[in-house]
Amino acid sequence: MTPTYYLLLSALLFSLGAVGVLVRRNAIVVFMCVELMLNAVNLSLVTFARINGQLDGQVMAFFVMVVAAAEVVVGLTIIMAIFKTRRSASVDDSNLLKY
Amino acid sequence: MTTFLSQVERLQAPEIDYGAVAPLLIVLGAACLSVLVEAFLPKASRWAAQVVLTFATLVAAGLVLLQYAVAEGTPKQGTITFAGTVAVDQPVIFLWATLLMLGLGSVLLIADRSVEPGGAIVADASILPGAVNGLREQLRRREMQTEVFPLTLFALGGMMVFVAANDLLTMFIALEVMSLPLYLMAGLARRRRLLSQEAAVKYFLLGAFASAFFLYGVALLYGFAGSVKLADIASATTATDRSDTLLYAGFGLLIVGLLFKASVGPFHSWTPDVYQGSPTPVTAFMAACVKVAAFGGILRVLYGAFERSSWEWNGVLWAVAIASMVIGAVLGLTQTDVKRMIAYSSVAHAGFLLIGAISLNDAGLSGTMFYLLAYGFTTIAAFGVVSLVRNADGEATHLSQWAGLAKRSPVAAGVFTFLLLALAGLPLTSGFVGKFAVFAAAIEAGLTPLVVVALVASAVAAFFYLRVIVLMYFSEPAADGPTVSVPGAFTAIAITLGAAITLVLGVYPPDVLEWAGAGVFIF
Repeated sequence: MTPTYYLLLSALLFSLGAVGVLVRRNAIVVFMCVELMLNAVNLSLVTFARINGQLDGQVMAFFVMVVAAAEVVVGLTIIMAIFKTRRSASVDDSNLLKY
Repeated sequence: MTTFLSQVERLQAPEIDYGAVAPLLIVLGAACLSVLVEAFLPKASRWAAQVVLTFATLVAAGLVLLQYAVAEGTPKQGTITFAGTVAVDQPVIFLWATLLMLGLGSVLLIADRSVEPGGAIVADASILPGAVNGLREQLRRREMQTEVFPLTLFALGGMMVFVAANDLLTMFIALEVMSLPLYLMAGLARRRRLLSQEAAVKYFLLGAFASAFFLYGVALLYGFAGSVKLADIASATTATDRSDTLLYAGFGLLIVGLLFKASVGPFHSWTPDVYQGSPTPVTAFMAACVKVAAFGGILRVLYGAFERSSWEWNGVLWAVAIASMVIGAVLGLTQTDVKRMIAYSSVAHAGFLLIGAISLNDAGLSGTMFYLLAYGFTTIAAFGVVSLVRNADGEATHLSQWAGLAKRSPVAAGVFTFLLLALAGLPLTSGFVGKFAVFAAAIEAGLTPLVVVALVASAVAAFFYLRVIVLMYFSEPAADGPTVSVPGAFTAIAITLGAAITLVLGVYPPDVLEWAGAGVFIF
């Protein structure tokens, strides 16, 4: 099977994630969509590693996983803090800062 | 299997030039130490220990860097270490020194406990704003969440790696190391907890979104060049057998991520909200240090990897620079909050800086770096003054509350006027010299139309700076207006330092300009 299909799949997943960030309202779901984007990138990295016949891309995917894990820690902390305050994780409710 | 094992045996640990990266190791090592202080020291003694540790770290890192920069054995062009992932050359030394100095200024503001009793940082971030007596509890307690110090050090370490990163993976890791602490720091304000938490959520979600773009750009460029080293990408752009689609898409996504961090033009939407909601000292840290780091990264990527393909992309960055200047200048006019006004001013400044970055000549490099240094100190001092103007509810940031401030405190109004003039770019301030250096480089590079737009934008932006000055001097103070607190030693030092450097660089810039132009990037 040609690796190009995996690149297309990765681009599709990335776009799905990006659209999700833009249209979803719950901060947790928005955050999950960002994670989907990161994992779509991992698929690209591994596919390019395969195409180039190197290991570099696979190693990079590991780095990305670690970063994504760290991001979850920070992100959920922030979202939980604001949820405890507002009893809502909707990004539409965070509307005090404007103009 | 045997071939794999034989490859493993041949793998050798890379050489590390410890002398060159010592400032980096000191800052990141002290950040880890600072976490331990947080874990093992009793709450009462943490603030003093953290402040001493943080200042000692920044000073030590600065001295080690100075020693390295002037030592005999230091290679003048610079050195590449950590298996080619970190480059320490003259621009990196300049940017590291800038980051350490601006970091010191910001930490002075963060550590201050005199202006707001207990400091601008919340006593305990987990106390709910809505809880019974929650707010009063926060105001009564005289300590702060001292985790802000390790977070600052980690962010600063990430910024230092970011400007020195010689491949895109290192740059991505550094981007996250610098951003993740900042997301948390944005949510630590003692007063107006809801605004602060909202700023943190907005910054985090948008920042993570932008990081994902940056990362996808890295992946596509890896597919394009077969490597993420800047030098390899540069040589791949001159080859004819590569996919242009991957190059353009990769560059576009990468640069979106970088421009977001630098709060340039159409990618600025987080900036006003986060600047307004964050605790003012943290805003100062973001406005000064993140700007330096992000533009350091942009300069490095443009010069290192994409200089030879510049005719492919410079049209896009022209448009971005114009958009940034126009958005910053025009929307700045409509602001009624001082912090938001400075945020839009920073968007306009990001546009000016981008002009310097896309000049792609030596003068552009040194001019942009000088501009970053000058702008950073002016902003830190400006936010320092903003933190002094207070009423019973904390900082009075609404512009109407600043009416007649000169009658209440001529000194604060005078300093702020000087800083606003520097932001506007009037002669005898560092802002003028920075703009002059950047615009001269841009004209040399044939970007005259951009410079014309920049001058118009500067004139428009000058209007909203002058409006604040007029308001402070020629309006009657409101009866229940804010008072200007007498700053404690830390804030006073930070403001004096920022204002003094703004003045010195405006009156006598040659030495620093020469230092900024001491060398070019190596890859």
